[in-house]
Amino acid sequence: MTEQPEAVWRRPDPALLRLRRRLATGIVSLPLALASLWLLVRQGPAAAAAALALAVVLSGLLQVAVQRRYAAWGYLEREDDLLVRRGVLVRRTSVVPYGRMQYVDVTAGPLARRYGLATVTLHTAAAATDASVPGLREDEAARLRDRLAALGEARQAGV
Amino acid sequence: MTDEPVASQQDGWVRLHPLTPLLRGGRFALLLVAVVGQQTLRDSPAEAVLAVLVLGVPLGALGLWIAWRALRYRVTPTELQVESGVLVRRSRRVPLARVQAVDVVRPFYARVLGLAELRLEVVGASAAEAPLAFLAEDRAVALRSALLDLAAGRQAPVEGAPPPVPDRVLVQVPTGPLVWSTLLGTPLVTAAAVLVALLVLLVLEPAEAGTPLLLGLPALLGVGSLAVRRVLAEYGFTVAESPDGLRLRHGLLDTRSQTIPPGRVQAVRIREPLLWRRLGWVRVEVDVAGYSGRGDEQDATGALLPVAPRQLALDLVARVLGAPLPAADRPAPPAARWRAPLQHPRLAVGMDDRHLVATSGVLTTTTDVAPLAKVQSLRVTQGPYERALGLATLHVDTAGRRLPGAAVPHRGRSEAGELLDEVAARARKARTAG
Repeated sequence: MTEQPEAVWRRPDPALLRLRRRLATGIVSLPLALASLWLLVRQGPAAAAAALALAVVLSGLLQVAVQRRYAAWGYLEREDDLLVRRGVLVRRTSVVPYGRMQYVDVTAGPLARRYGLATVTLHTAAAATDASVPGLREDEAARLRDRLAALGEARQAGV
Repeated sequence: MTDEPVASQQDGWVRLHPLTPLLRGGRFALLLVAVVGQQTLRDSPAEAVLAVLVLGVPLGALGLWIAWRALRYRVTPTELQVESGVLVRRSRRVPLARVQAVDVVRPFYARVLGLAELRLEVVGASAAEAPLAFLAEDRAVALRSALLDLAAGRQAPVEGAPPPVPDRVLVQVPTGPLVWSTLLGTPLVTAAAVLVALLVLLVLEPAEAGTPLLLGLPALLGVGSLAVRRVLAEYGFTVAESPDGLRLRHGLLDTRSQTIPPGRVQAVRIREPLLWRRLGWVRVEVDVAGYSGRGDEQDATGALLPVAPRQLALDLVARVLGAPLPAADRPAPPAARWRAPLQHPRLAVGMDDRHLVATSGVLTTTTDVAPLAKVQSLRVTQGPYERALGLATLHVDTAGRRLPGAAVPHRGRSEAGELLDEVAARARKARTAG
């Protein structure tokens, strides 16, 4: 069942990948490059070259990680429940029956809002439920939220 | 002495017992003593200390009395309404359908005066439910019955109705096994071992013993005091069946009576520490939904049976859950031995149409029971090591506070997927059937 064909999984919007790539560049690559420049001035070309090489390698790895993490996130609306999968190192798949949803959160931080994205989070009566999908376009997030709320209400089962 | 009805309104609002400020004042008095203690330490003139007392006591008493007057509650067919607060008025409405359990707690100092406290476990509460403290004992018991009746959709009995049917006692835990089981429990045994090690160190190398003793003794005292508190809290543990549901009575100094209406049990855990195995004892813990952030909630041990012979415990669990438990007859695959070598012999899962049973544990055999009708969500996780071995872990989440549900660790990849499908399908059937 965790072996659903790849095609049916829905992905977050590609804008999320762009957002995360740019974040990675801004937070990691750029400061490292600047550090290399500073080393060039202070310690000489050898140290700077080493630092630059390190920066390039780290940035490359980070970009790969960001890409893989984005590709691993998926959600699937089935007849009775919602599937959410995520994670690269630790892979997680959550199954939340519609009738168990207590409420649905749609949140968007300032960066996500600039890209027109939002995160949809499901809550049940259990604290351990961790089904959330980031990077949905705002209209898709609204559609998902409304559909989940309607289904949840229709199939509501008492705790 | 009965509770005062609020004279100005005739629509059912009631106040707490008039002695409440006196009991509440206990805490305030301690604070005052602390303040005064500070003062005297600084050698202030006696007048200052006297001033604090002369001002503090009446002010405190007045404040508590005002707070008591401002609090009133009312029971309607669908809600418990509580209004409180003087500067900031607070009106709380608790839908009775969301009540998961009702406890009547009798702290030592309240019992002496014939008073008790009523606590509700409510699902979906974002903050701890303020208990109704304090009520006259018989009023508290009557209120509990009324709340549980209304929560279950029955008509609340009118005042002066015939006395309720007495509970039918199912199990009573004698004190001897309770004490012995605590002495043989893992925390105390570890503490004893540490103590022995410290003593040996003291004898052999007195010079070196300073720091370890300084660090170790407080920790040991902490463990010891926790054990004593637990024995006091679970003294005289009685499990009884009542029309309201399951009634758990326990406690020596502070007695507590927890009522769990039928169908509110979210998860059950049966623990069998290594040292208890020879005696055939197990401990059963049960969990209901609801939020509880109060620190003293630790005294509500969450135990269904603090200690009991294994078969008796299983029979009681079957009775509480409404059906005997399925056997955990599916062991973990051989590959799991690489991931959890010590646990592997005990890893097993089993299920039928009503419950899922998962066993685990290294020294303590833990059996988690998740009623399928209570399953909130299912999760499959796979860490990198598990992936290399072709394993995955299934989590069954329920709404309990203390027991988060059942986990089935380290199954084969495809087996985990099949289990997920099976649990999801059975949970759906159990949910719609229940």
